[in-house]
Amino acid sequence: MNLASNAPVTDIEPPPSRPWVILVRRIATSWQGAFGLTILLMTVFLALAANLLAPYSPIDVNMDAILTAPSAAHWFGTDELGRDVYSRVVFGARVSLQIVSAAVGLALVAGSAIGLLSGWLGGAWDTVIMRAMDALLAFPFLVLSLAIIAILGPDLTNAMLAIAITKTPGFARLVRSEVLIIKHVDFVKATVALGASDLRIVAYHIWPNVAGNVIVYGSLAASQALVTESALSFLGLGAQPPTPSWGSMIATGMDFAASWWCAFFPGLAIFLVVLAFNLLGDACRDALDARLGEH
Amino acid sequence: MVRFLLSRLWQIATVVLLVCATIFILTNLLPGDPTVTILGEQASAEQRATARRQYGLDRPAPVRFVLWLGNAFSGDLGRSLRSNEPVVQMLVARIPVTLELAALSILIAIAIGLPAGIIAARARGTWLDVVVSVLAMTSVAIPYFWMGILLIMLFALKLAWLPPSGYIPFFSDPVGNLRLMVLPALTIGTAFAALIMRQTRASLLQVMSQDYIRSARAKGLSEPVVLLRHGLRNALIPVVTVIGLQIGALLGGAVVTETVFSLPGLGRMMVDGIFQRDFPVIQGAILFIVLCVIAVNLFTDLLYAWLDPRVAA
Repeated sequence: MNLASNAPVTDIEPPPSRPWVILVRRIATSWQGAFGLTILLMTVFLALAANLLAPYSPIDVNMDAILTAPSAAHWFGTDELGRDVYSRVVFGARVSLQIVSAAVGLALVAGSAIGLLSGWLGGAWDTVIMRAMDALLAFPFLVLSLAIIAILGPDLTNAMLAIAITKTPGFARLVRSEVLIIKHVDFVKATVALGASDLRIVAYHIWPNVAGNVIVYGSLAASQALVTESALSFLGLGAQPPTPSWGSMIATGMDFAASWWCAFFPGLAIFLVVLAFNLLGDACRDALDARLGEH
Repeated sequence: MVRFLLSRLWQIATVVLLVCATIFILTNLLPGDPTVTILGEQASAEQRATARRQYGLDRPAPVRFVLWLGNAFSGDLGRSLRSNEPVVQMLVARIPVTLELAALSILIAIAIGLPAGIIAARARGTWLDVVVSVLAMTSVAIPYFWMGILLIMLFALKLAWLPPSGYIPFFSDPVGNLRLMVLPALTIGTAFAALIMRQTRASLLQVMSQDYIRSARAKGLSEPVVLLRHGLRNALIPVVTVIGLQIGALLGGAVVTETVFSLPGLGRMMVDGIFQRDFPVIQGAILFIVLCVIAVNLFTDLLYAWLDPRVAA
């Protein structure tokens, strides 16, 4: 008897999509996710293709075109040194995205490692590490960044390091709290009983279950990192002249407030990217909730 | 409740000690010779050595930390390397500016955020809910310093309704003071209002679906009474927590807002201290800001435990 030949081909169910494919689909189809992804992809494109998209050099001074209003020649006008504001905003995207991605990446790796270690080891290690993280979390983000910049000196790389240090405790706390729950779940206990090493359990069994929430938090941390980077540059403690940075452009624009375009367009760029990160974070959270609901 | 209080106080004491150590380590890692700030570039080696002895800079770092901690707890945060003014005196002069800014910002935030949250919750799913929610989302994404500049451009330069920047003490000229503080307070208050609105909306929607609200309606109470006396009173508990937990962000926002509006507050004092490498000033300003954040968080925890005894259990 051939049972297989009796089953119609159309009744065979398609193989289930991988969880991350479902997740990405959910994010991309929600309006928050679609808006956030579109703005962020456009910003990444601007940053990568800045040399092609910017009609003028972002640093060349043009004393014949000082503080000219937006026009066909200068879409966003020119600043107090005659530099094209549109070109500076485009190149500023490169600076901001570099700093934000490096700072959040560093904080994510360091914070996750600390959180995994603290949560898995527990006991005195956990107490000591978490009290140190609590002490850092007691500082407002910008205040701690300012203190670190004061030591390292005002510079873009140092701003990136300062932001990474301020964001690390948040990731550590989140990962630790997830590890404390997951380490008592049956499948982890079974893996321990099978004799798997600590490193294997943490890397292959705990981390994949924590990573989703870390990514959601990463999106939120990216928006805070961008605001902090811009604030540091605004205060003169981040990007130094003539490097085009959105924050420092607003600071110089403030001295020429009658020429509204100098401060308006870089601020609009920060606003749109922060909004995009926030919306993407919301979409990721909703998608993860839906995935959890399904299982 | 007493056990909860003691346990929180013990945790806070540990965090305060670690915060003090962090601040001391950070400010003592400052590059450059502090005697250059005190005496200038031209001072001789002997003069520098004398200054180091006088300010205790020649002692080992752990000794300096214990001395600094002891002095800090007795109210002595040292003297500014730049002006020789006691740091405590500088703090006393600047704290009222930052506190006034924080208080006015919270008032504006509550005045906008609470009604907006109630409206959004009551009009759930309608165009009004969408409009209020989109406004809240955009307010959260606007950086403080950009908001400040936009407000200056509109209300000070374009409409000429308010002065763009500066500060007059409240007791010298209350009207002049408030005219100068409106824009800075609006700058921080609008972003803060968005957080209050979102929390009020979410809490109110949750509370209004509870059985006791249905009972209140069944008793024949009018909708405003159900909403205000039974719904809002309970929905406000998490809102109070959000306000408490965001004090750190508010004080961080004050640093840049004070720079935009030239307000002589704690934030400006700290930024000036960084540019001048004046570490006693930086230490004092950071310590005060962080202690404020810790104290407000403790107060919020206690308030929450008092309002909801399950937290302390």
